[in-house]
Amino acid sequence: MSSFPPSLLPFPRFPSSSSFLGVEITSLTIMGVASEYQFHVLAVDDSLIDRKLIERLLKTSSYHVTAVDSGSKALEFLGLNNSDEDEQRNSNPVSVAPDDDQHHQQVAVNLIITDYCMPGMTGYDLLRKIKESSSFKDIPVVIMSSENIPSRINRCLEDGAEEFFLKPVQLSDVNKLRPHLMKGRSKEMQPNVNKRKGMEEIHSPDRTRTRYNELEVV
Amino acid sequence: MSPMALAALQTQLKNFVQSMFDKGVLDSQFGQIQALQDSSNPNFVDEVITLFCSDAERIITELNRYLGYQNVDLSKLDSYVHQLKGSSSSIGAHRLKLACVNLRQASDDRNKEGCARALNLITSEYCLLRSKFQTLIQLERSIIALETNQQ
Repeated sequence: MSSFPPSLLPFPRFPSSSSFLGVEITSLTIMGVASEYQFHVLAVDDSLIDRKLIERLLKTSSYHVTAVDSGSKALEFLGLNNSDEDEQRNSNPVSVAPDDDQHHQQVAVNLIITDYCMPGMTGYDLLRKIKESSSFKDIPVVIMSSENIPSRINRCLEDGAEEFFLKPVQLSDVNKLRPHLMKGRSKEMQPNVNKRKGMEEIHSPDRTRTRYNELEVV
Repeated sequence: MSPMALAALQTQLKNFVQSMFDKGVLDSQFGQIQALQDSSNPNFVDEVITLFCSDAERIITELNRYLGYQNVDLSKLDSYVHQLKGSSSSIGAHRLKLACVNLRQASDDRNKEGCARALNLITSEYCLLRSKFQTLIQLERSIIALETNQQ
């Protein structure tokens, strides 16, 4: 039991019926939350039509979507306000009060999909900022562009983008997102990767191990 | 309300869209947009068309205004043309997209007269598209009205 892999959530067998029931509810709760949890995608595009389209494509694939019209709004949504001091302050959401009204830091983002060509901050600039952030560098980033420029594509992929989609984006492109989201998901199950308050209470392996250890004693 | 009336309208819509495909006014991307419409989003096509038209009109008006000036910096057109080309591509407005490519080329060539001609083409392609979209939207809405009555 001590070498219990946190990402697998197996169902251990228990001799006693009372402890079994306790664990079963716990395990079901964990699995229930894991299966009900919808991936949340943050979409960034200055074009109203493209935002509408990408939102529809993502919702059709059962993702929860937040769409913003600029890189700076995306950073604001994440709680990364273009300055390192803000990142220090915002990087530990556990300190946010539970009844904080609409504090966006509480909302986990599992993937960012962004247009390349935007006024002000480009999608590439946004990619760099995300990858340079200690709190958010593990969020997969996908870039979209209407222009097929190999050097642009290569630069984005080299600097950490998971995929590069040519516009107009199709449902078949959106289907390619799932493996990146699943990969991010299993990382979340491991310690010290994502410190989100709600998730931590359920998915923290220490907490899980403690429950099973208590039951073992019984 | 006969189901035949509904079927007739649906066929009419299908044929109408097909004729737009045949003329190159629309391309397969429009089909992708239609495929995203379902019972949970019954007005999706309508909404996208409406958004597109208001965006396109804003840009085309601005382009026409700008090219009307004496001394124009043609590179200032680029961002507008890029937006219009992007929207056209996203909705499947094939001929309008090509007209944008034309304007971009004329602008790159620093050919002001060429830009004026290209913009005229954009304007006329857009007007044609808008008129067809209006017919399309009317058909969609009539279909939805009939479907609602039959529920």
